[in-house]
Amino acid sequence: MNSRHFLLIAVSALSIAASPAAVFAAEAKQDMPTPADLEAAAEIPPEGTVADEAHAPDHHAAAPHGHVDWHFSGMFGSYDRAALQRGLKVYREVCAACHSLKRVYYRNLEDLGYDEGQVKNIASQYNVTDGPNDEGEMFERAALPSDHFVSPYPNDNAAKAVNNGALPPDLSLITKARHHGPDHVFGVLTSFGPPPEGVTPGQGQYWNNQMQSLISMAPPLQDGQVVYEDDVPQTVEQYSRDVVEFLAWAADPYMEERKRTGIKVIIFLAVFAGLMYAVKRRIWAKLH
Amino acid sequence: MGSGQRTPFENPVVEWIDSRLPVFTMMQKEYGVFPTPRNFNYFWNFGAIAMIMLVLMIVTGIVLAMHYTPHTAMAFNSVERIMRDVNGGWLIRYLHMNGASFFFIAVYIHIFRGMYYGSYKKPRELLWILGVLIFLLMMATAFMGYVLPWGQMSYWGATVITNLFSAIPVVGESIVTLLWGGFSVDNPTLNRFFALHYLLPFVIFAVVFLHVWALHVVGSNNPLGIDTKGPQDTVPFHPYYTIKDTFGTLVYLILFCFFVFFMPDALGHPDNYTPANPLVTPPHIVPEWYFLPFYAMLRAITFNIGIPFTDIVIISAKLGGVLVMFGSIALLFVLPWIDRHPIRSARFRPQYRVALLVWLAVFAFLGYVGSQPADAVKFGIPLSYLGLLGTVYYYGFFLVILPYLNKHEKGRDLPPSISIPIIESPEPAAPPEKRR
Repeated sequence: MNSRHFLLIAVSALSIAASPAAVFAAEAKQDMPTPADLEAAAEIPPEGTVADEAHAPDHHAAAPHGHVDWHFSGMFGSYDRAALQRGLKVYREVCAACHSLKRVYYRNLEDLGYDEGQVKNIASQYNVTDGPNDEGEMFERAALPSDHFVSPYPNDNAAKAVNNGALPPDLSLITKARHHGPDHVFGVLTSFGPPPEGVTPGQGQYWNNQMQSLISMAPPLQDGQVVYEDDVPQTVEQYSRDVVEFLAWAADPYMEERKRTGIKVIIFLAVFAGLMYAVKRRIWAKLH
Repeated sequence: MGSGQRTPFENPVVEWIDSRLPVFTMMQKEYGVFPTPRNFNYFWNFGAIAMIMLVLMIVTGIVLAMHYTPHTAMAFNSVERIMRDVNGGWLIRYLHMNGASFFFIAVYIHIFRGMYYGSYKKPRELLWILGVLIFLLMMATAFMGYVLPWGQMSYWGATVITNLFSAIPVVGESIVTLLWGGFSVDNPTLNRFFALHYLLPFVIFAVVFLHVWALHVVGSNNPLGIDTKGPQDTVPFHPYYTIKDTFGTLVYLILFCFFVFFMPDALGHPDNYTPANPLVTPPHIVPEWYFLPFYAMLRAITFNIGIPFTDIVIISAKLGGVLVMFGSIALLFVLPWIDRHPIRSARFRPQYRVALLVWLAVFAFLGYVGSQPADAVKFGIPLSYLGLLGTVYYYGFFLVILPYLNKHEKGRDLPPSISIPIIESPEPAAPPEKRR
């Protein structure tokens, strides 16, 4: 008797809930023009393609509107371990020269599929200042898995001093701190180009189509710059995909657990609601 | 409350307690046999849903407070620590973050239901006023809660909203200094907002108690908006509405959990994942989505109001915006005395129904306007003009349309009682063979 009413409520609640999301989406679209070169490289994968963990992901899956088909998108999306490891390599060899990742611990790298020994080995390649020791002196030691990722600069001012006054942002939350973060970061990395007429770059400034402005980051990636051990193409686009996958993990390390839990929770609630609906029908039947 | 006539309980322990403090009698009276109109539709679930959301917010909030540090240098990091290093911290925080949105969704639907079915009319005026008071307290609580993570939107939202009070003549600046605990939004602001954010939910809880108490004195309204005439019009609250509320709440929780687990950041602003920086102003400062219609009304007043042909300004644009924004809620408080039409339910007031649905659409549109930059232009029209137009309708609905309808709307004939239209419903309730 009331299902009609209920549908109305559900739809209205949904639309209320969805409206700000739609607004945000619309807003984000404005400052996110499609990079032309992205469009050219677009190659729609066959439907339902999910990248195999052992294989290279379908790396050209950029849709025409600038949305990239990520391995971690969707309700069942997960991180591609191979891409995460390659992304870590790109971060360490390229991005880490200027960008910190200070909210991530080396121990977190076990999520990427490394064992304890490998993580210790990665951490030990960095030095941290510790102390004071018993003599009251600060000292240098090799980083441990329990240390945060070592930042390239001792502080923000030091970072600005060598980057023309611009502060390279910390990347720990970068994919959450931008509208459509993963697509945005991918767009920035792949859409450097000549400035439009009338725009003259200052010293150390580069035009970026994704940002639609001059930015203080030089195009960071070149084809063949980072050597991969697997047979994935060593291109700017592939590097960008991999490092975005890695940064998405860094920003949201519990995503897989969250989605797995969510599916269980929603199944439980749906069954419970169904049962309660049956009980409700039975109880109300006495009245009619 | 449960005093007076008392029927003894069979269970000796229950009876021992009840004869000294009649909580069982009270529960039995207020939630067991409490006579409730038999014709509620699912819109009547949202009171219970809002109650569940309040409890969820308090429980998750207390756990978050165990891990949160209200200091400008540590607040952002402590929230990220909750997200990364506290066991289950991401779940607690996402429940709390999205819980605020879903508390507001439930309360907005609950308020609209009250307006549609005339639930604020005599004898439920005080019940309604307590409800609007809860809404106002929720707004204050939610605003201060949004400041706590100390992200960019937290900081700049706090700066914009607290600055509104400076528009008040004479005492405005002092009030702002008092709110800030200094001369800008800073550590003392964060500290007091945290203290108040912890306090206000319990104040809300107390007002909810009064709200429910008042409800149980005058009884519930219903979709027909007519009074119950006898036992044939009502059913006991338990089991009929306990089960219906359980089902409705579960469906609502499914929707809520969909956001929590699959799009937890969709209702927030990405800028709040950047630590607060007093030296960098975001290009576009917006409050949480549930405040956007009010934000649009605040920004709709872009002109000073003064004596014509002179330079004398009586109400500056800023003060005008603040008055219009707070006035929009003040109108809700006095709604029972604005709308004096004898018919409650919009089902029997076709003109009121149309005007109210347009009002709802305008309110949603104002939300859109509020989400856009102040200088946005759509369809060749500056959005602030459209925002002003929406604000005019919002006010016109209360100050022009409702008084007009009081006098001129005839309305449809009311059914003689709740039980009659149910019995005579042309639509069969359900096929009889399914019943046992």
